[in-house]
Amino acid sequence: MKHAKTATQNACKLCNPLGACLAFRGIENCVPFLHGSQGCATYIRRYLISHYKEPIDIASSNFHEESAVFGGSHNLKIGLKNVSDQYKPEVIGVATTCLSETIGDDVPGILREYKKEFKNGSPMPILIHASTPSYQGSHIDGFHAAVRATVKTLAEKGEAQELINLFPNMVSPADLRYLKEIFSDFKAPMLLLPDYSQTMDGGPWGEYHRIPPGGTPASAIAGAGSAKASIEFGSTLEAAKSAAGYLDDAFGVPRHHLSLPIGIKESDRFFSLLETLTGHARPEKYDDERRRLVDAYADGHKYVFEKKVILYGEEDLVVAMTAFLSEIGMTPVLCASGGKSGLLKRRINELVPNMDELGIKVREGVDFVDIEDEAQVLQPDFLIGNSKGYTMSRKNNIPLLRLGFPIHDRFGGQRMHHLGYRGTQELFDRIVNTVIEQRQNASSIGYTYM
Amino acid sequence: MEQITILEGRQKQIFEKKKGVAQPDIACDTSSLSGSVSQRACVFCGSRVVLYPIADAIHVVHGPIGCAAYTWDIRGAVSSGPELHRLSFSTDLQEMDVIYGGEKKLYHSLIELIEQYKPKAAFIYSTCIVGLIGDDIDAVCKKVAKECGIPVLPVHSEGFKGTKKDGYKAACHALMKLIGTGSTEEISKYSINILGEFNLAGEAWIIRQYYEKMGIEVVATLTGDGRIDAVRQAHGATLNVVQCSGSMTWLAKEMEAKYGIPYIRVSYFGIEDMSKSLYDVAKYFPDRLDIMEAAKEVVSEEVKSLYPSLQKFKKALTGKKAAIYVGGAFKTFSLIKALRSIGMSVVLAGSQTGDKNDYARLKEMCDEGTVIVDDSNPVELSKFILEKEADLLIGGVKERPIAFKLGIGFCDHNHERKIPLAGFVGMYNFALEVYQSVMSPVWQFAPRKGGTL
Repeated sequence: MKHAKTATQNACKLCNPLGACLAFRGIENCVPFLHGSQGCATYIRRYLISHYKEPIDIASSNFHEESAVFGGSHNLKIGLKNVSDQYKPEVIGVATTCLSETIGDDVPGILREYKKEFKNGSPMPILIHASTPSYQGSHIDGFHAAVRATVKTLAEKGEAQELINLFPNMVSPADLRYLKEIFSDFKAPMLLLPDYSQTMDGGPWGEYHRIPPGGTPASAIAGAGSAKASIEFGSTLEAAKSAAGYLDDAFGVPRHHLSLPIGIKESDRFFSLLETLTGHARPEKYDDERRRLVDAYADGHKYVFEKKVILYGEEDLVVAMTAFLSEIGMTPVLCASGGKSGLLKRRINELVPNMDELGIKVREGVDFVDIEDEAQVLQPDFLIGNSKGYTMSRKNNIPLLRLGFPIHDRFGGQRMHHLGYRGTQELFDRIVNTVIEQRQNASSIGYTYM
Repeated sequence: MEQITILEGRQKQIFEKKKGVAQPDIACDTSSLSGSVSQRACVFCGSRVVLYPIADAIHVVHGPIGCAAYTWDIRGAVSSGPELHRLSFSTDLQEMDVIYGGEKKLYHSLIELIEQYKPKAAFIYSTCIVGLIGDDIDAVCKKVAKECGIPVLPVHSEGFKGTKKDGYKAACHALMKLIGTGSTEEISKYSINILGEFNLAGEAWIIRQYYEKMGIEVVATLTGDGRIDAVRQAHGATLNVVQCSGSMTWLAKEMEAKYGIPYIRVSYFGIEDMSKSLYDVAKYFPDRLDIMEAAKEVVSEEVKSLYPSLQKFKKALTGKKAAIYVGGAFKTFSLIKALRSIGMSVVLAGSQTGDKNDYARLKEMCDEGTVIVDDSNPVELSKFILEKEADLLIGGVKERPIAFKLGIGFCDHNHERKIPLAGFVGMYNFALEVYQSVMSPVWQFAPRKGGTL
């Protein structure tokens, strides 16, 4: 069958503003605000809720025809006023959409005007603006744009302090909690941004909360400019687009750029960086985690060796997972992403120098139909990625191991670990179990011992 | 607890029924207030939900990727045959397309997709920026239709050009272009179209079966388990039976004007309204008494088996209080009745898109003290759920976490549901779902019920 190539079919990416909304949810007392049509906010809420199972209020300037013709300034101001009145936020994170970007609204200018015009009303929230046109990049770009914009708005020069900034990339709430635990065990003061570990995975409410508790306080973000170092995860994230890159340029805070720490090698790299930066040895607890993981690798190695996998998702996740899979002897026969940084192959090659020898193929800017075409040729043992690969998994009878975002067809995606020894352990156990289950199901004998 | 206030611009869209208090009309049919977190979507969403279940057409979203990505396979609308509606197609416009125009990209996308999937028709949805960059999608559609020999229908659904209701209308407009282009030769005089039924979890099949048992021919279901050829013949039916009044009344009126087909409004939720929708159709064919007889038989048979099974739920749920917030107001009426039939009262009723008449009727139906809202938001919904001590919220995905955070039950009555709630069997499923959620022992740990925070 001849396949249509011009259109994107079953996209393996989401749009820019979604990432920004998620990142803004990681700031304490912050309401994400989309400058565009009502639908953008509603669709993105729905999409995030289906994964995180948490209320997520995203305000919208709710464009009409007049705003599209005469500019969205009026709607944006009224919207900000209403959000201020109803939510009493400390911060409003304004992200643009394709609509407001196309008509060319000068959002920073409008925000300046707003601050002047409404300075005598209710307390003026901090206004952060991220430019996130949906016709550029994908959701991960919006995520980083919002984090960078936040730091740009809030970070200040100050007396040098022991603080370490950590920009963790778009990881799960469980991962964020684990990172905080690590820093706390290292007795290292950290600034984690964003931190939606509680806002997107919190407890029950005794009363209504306009804004769910949790998140990094704006006052703490001010300290980012005087931190002694930044650590930033995400191999395809360039300094020019990143928060740590900005802090390095503006305040001379050194940027330590790592891949997402998945697998033993990359986790070691992260922990050894922490040892260097803090001057403390890795706490015993993590030595234990690492030992158990090495032991598990030994126990499970035969199940996974030379298993063929198709891997897809955000580029940074794909790079990190490729590194992990290669260290356990699995072969990612295809590393695919809907993202298109132009860096995917190079970054994979840096972590897996023998990638060609292993037969690792890399494709960026693809959709699920492209991936499915590849799957039919490559015949992988399983797929690893988010829920959206299920259609292809079912149709071609290839098991799917779910991770990342979104997990829309399984429970507990927000509590899944991916990072460090603990996250790797969880992933490794799941991978081995996928193989075992497959074998058990395929066997006519029905072994109860595997 | 902190007092929750209502935004000034929203006060006229909220109403509490109280004795001896003047009864102003509720304000509705307005666009959402900037900055309030409306539960509504946009024009595009309205069009997309109406046309979505047509399974042998391709649905191509002309715009940046988001609009197509967020609507990929999200509805529970099932098909008995082709499943093209479950695929997501987008022109995925990039910056250069925004600058130089996306017409060429749309044209090539369509030609290739039609060649690959061989659909019976194609619907092309325009999104916000298409309305700004001025792509002439009508011209592209015309050209492709000519070259490929299938209907290629533009749907003018730029997100900002109105509300979700305008999107319904744009979708109906596209349907009107198809209706009247097929042959009606073999169609019986005793025939209907089912309008505004989207076959969520197979609901249209359930309803269709009831009508067929009565000896009625169903010409087209718009749009559940929809087929282009059936839509083309829809003008051959004698009567239009309209559910989901919000989305399809416009189409029914157009068909009445153009083809002289009258319409009636029905609802398939709850025993009372479900039965009425069969009787009302039967009444329309007075020369065939057997149709009414058959309708009575269907109802009596179904109710006979359903009624006893509901008693367990009724016993448990009597005295419990519900809050309803759904898309269309017509559904609210049925839900109030259905809830009453299992012993529950309604303390909050609202919709995203109700009109003046809907709200007037809602006021009439509701008990004293019931709060009625139009185009509400999470803050208001939470306020009233807490104040009125509701035990259950009925809504969609966006409302679900509000209920669970506050520690009350929830029933999904939106288009993503996977369990049929229409028809007599649907009433059983509805009662079961409500029962399972409200009566769950997990709420004992909710702070509201005395659990520790």
